[in-house]
Amino acid sequence: MTSMTAKNTHRDNPFPHRHLLGIEGLHPHEILGLLDRAEEAVEVSRQVHKRKHVLEGRTQINLFFENSTRTQSSFELAGKRLGADVMNMALSQSSVKKGETLIDTAATLNAMHPDLLVVRHHAAGAVHLLARKVGCSVVNAGDGPHEHPTQALLDALTIRRHKGKIARLTVAICGDIAHSRVARSNIILLNALGARVRVVAPSTLLPSGIAQMGVEVFRDMREGLKGADIVMMLRLQRERMNGAFIPSVREYYRYYGLDAEKLSYAREDALVMHPGPMNRGVEIDPSIADGPQSLIREQVEMGVAVRMAVLEALAANLPNN
Amino acid sequence: MALDTPKPLVLSNARVIDPARNLDAPGSVIIADGTILAAGPEAANQGTPYGAELVDCKGAIACPGLIDMCVSVGEPGAEHRETLASASQAAAAGGVTTICTMPDTDPVIDDPALVDFILRRARDTASVNVLPLAALTKGLRGEEMSEIGLLQEAGAIAFTNGHKSVKNAQVMRRMMTYARDFDALVIHHTEDPDLAGGVMNAGLNASWKGLSGVPREAEIIMLERDLRLVGMSGGKYHANLLSTGESADVMRSGKKRGLDITAGVSINHLTHNENDIGAYRTFFKMSPPLRDEDDRQAMIAAVADGTIDIICSNHDPQDVETKRHPWAEAEDGAIGLETLLSAALRLHHSEQVDLVTLLAAMTSRPADRLGLESGRLNKGAPADVIVFDPDRPWVLEKSAIRSRSKNSPFEDARFSGRTLRTVVAGRTVYNYT
Repeated sequence: MTSMTAKNTHRDNPFPHRHLLGIEGLHPHEILGLLDRAEEAVEVSRQVHKRKHVLEGRTQINLFFENSTRTQSSFELAGKRLGADVMNMALSQSSVKKGETLIDTAATLNAMHPDLLVVRHHAAGAVHLLARKVGCSVVNAGDGPHEHPTQALLDALTIRRHKGKIARLTVAICGDIAHSRVARSNIILLNALGARVRVVAPSTLLPSGIAQMGVEVFRDMREGLKGADIVMMLRLQRERMNGAFIPSVREYYRYYGLDAEKLSYAREDALVMHPGPMNRGVEIDPSIADGPQSLIREQVEMGVAVRMAVLEALAANLPNN
Repeated sequence: MALDTPKPLVLSNARVIDPARNLDAPGSVIIADGTILAAGPEAANQGTPYGAELVDCKGAIACPGLIDMCVSVGEPGAEHRETLASASQAAAAGGVTTICTMPDTDPVIDDPALVDFILRRARDTASVNVLPLAALTKGLRGEEMSEIGLLQEAGAIAFTNGHKSVKNAQVMRRMMTYARDFDALVIHHTEDPDLAGGVMNAGLNASWKGLSGVPREAEIIMLERDLRLVGMSGGKYHANLLSTGESADVMRSGKKRGLDITAGVSINHLTHNENDIGAYRTFFKMSPPLRDEDDRQAMIAAVADGTIDIICSNHDPQDVETKRHPWAEAEDGAIGLETLLSAALRLHHSEQVDLVTLLAAMTSRPADRLGLESGRLNKGAPADVIVFDPDRPWVLEKSAIRSRSKNSPFEDARFSGRTLRTVVAGRTVYNYT
């Protein structure tokens, strides 16, 4: 997805990409560059005057084919703090229902001349398709069970701020790996930065070939958490709870819900993460979610910072910049 | 059941058969504190424990008590057909010391509390060991997986969809995959319900009788599908009730591929064929249906060569309400606990299956498959032992049947060989006099 402009192919460009469609394909130094940039964005966000002007005059459209209050508002805030004009388009119930195809939507959008397009779609690969058809930069805000790159970046930023590094940390990703874009992006990113990645799940929630995806696979959560530095919980979607992939919520919670007893197998200084929104009592015990080892609220703050960093990095490659 | 410890017991002058050790030799069995102290020729030279009851077996066979992997009981929900107590008395009289109860009761055993109920009722009322099988899918509907982990913790020994197949391959695949995480055995009835759609073995016989047929392929297709799913999921699988020669071929090739699979056959399919149905006698109506003589012979050969691992009774009590109907409307099922051993001995007498192999299929093999310590006579094993005379002639009279339901396909049948004594955990629960 490298742009054709001279600037973007320049070897000094720390992020020579037109789009951010996934973590796959990013070099470790590019990931680290984004994290460094995000650290600055954290500082900006903590000031009284939170506004930068790097996206002044630019138009950012948040195109969400799937509802997501959290991610959408995080991107909206990130764009606004960089000075962009941000517009939200929720397409889940309007034009899609009227039969408009993704390509039609792209043509409509092109006519509006946006500079940055943030896209969430329920189908894997839909964001890639759109990126080929629009004239602006595209950020993947989650495409089906494929990738959610800004979530992986914000997770990495949160971890690095607490542990000082990513390399050689043991990170256990627990829960519905099979249907999780968060898991895929994190597996790629954490491996790229040298972490040891484990996945913990019942076999019905593991994608086939998981053992070849650069992770250690555990079906027993206590085993999987042994010595872990980071415990990353995933959300279990409601439609998967009753009999299709797992028998019941109570059985899932017993074997795969993070409670104090299971967490005690991880390192004493282990930290707990969750991309939200949480199902308390399904995948995580309330006392852990809101306890001292939890980074869950901080992840939300880092989300805005990481998205500012991504938008800024892409804006630097926009034509006429 | 009394809670006092039974007196030590010495079964002397016996022909001791312990299939797990491939042992068949004269000797004794010494039992104390509910476990085996010694069994075999070496036990004959050992002293007797203080206060032991001495039994002279007079050359009769002493072997591990039978383990029946497929027993339907009416409790809960149909106690008029059979209770755990009546089933256990029938079992004891037949030399069966452990029964695995099917979950297709009312309510279906798909909740940990119901497994607990069975175990408590068994503890309070049953004279043999009762191991509950739990439902593989909720309500046995074949749609949603049941709580394998919680049911296993409650005491479920394995998981089955009863006498119904899980039709949806994706559901079955996920069940097998999930069960593997818990090292749980999945026991499956292999009959495609759409293709089955009949009431007796398909073929000329059914056509003349004017009955719709269950083709062999209904079983073979489902079995082949299942073995592919086992290959995908890597789970532990037991085909519960096979009935056709080609099913045995499918098992052979599956075992050759290294799959963790076993197969069972009901005693009915080893001793009867579709001709026994005669004038629409509904006690011979069962699922899978009785096949023809070639299939019966193929099943016997498969038991003899170990392709079929396990023989069960498929004990299924039905009363007149459900059986005394025109053939097509009558329920499937036949009782079999009391006659399991005696009927199986027919294969020994016909010299088709050697005695040790025959007994292994009802003792050590089911024990191994279920992960039990019983089913063998090594030191320290639970003292579940039977004494039987392989040649004693007897006739099954309806009035003598211990089951609450009398739907035996062996009514008035002549047998050679019967159980003389049944010992469960060192306690004699049946004594033929």
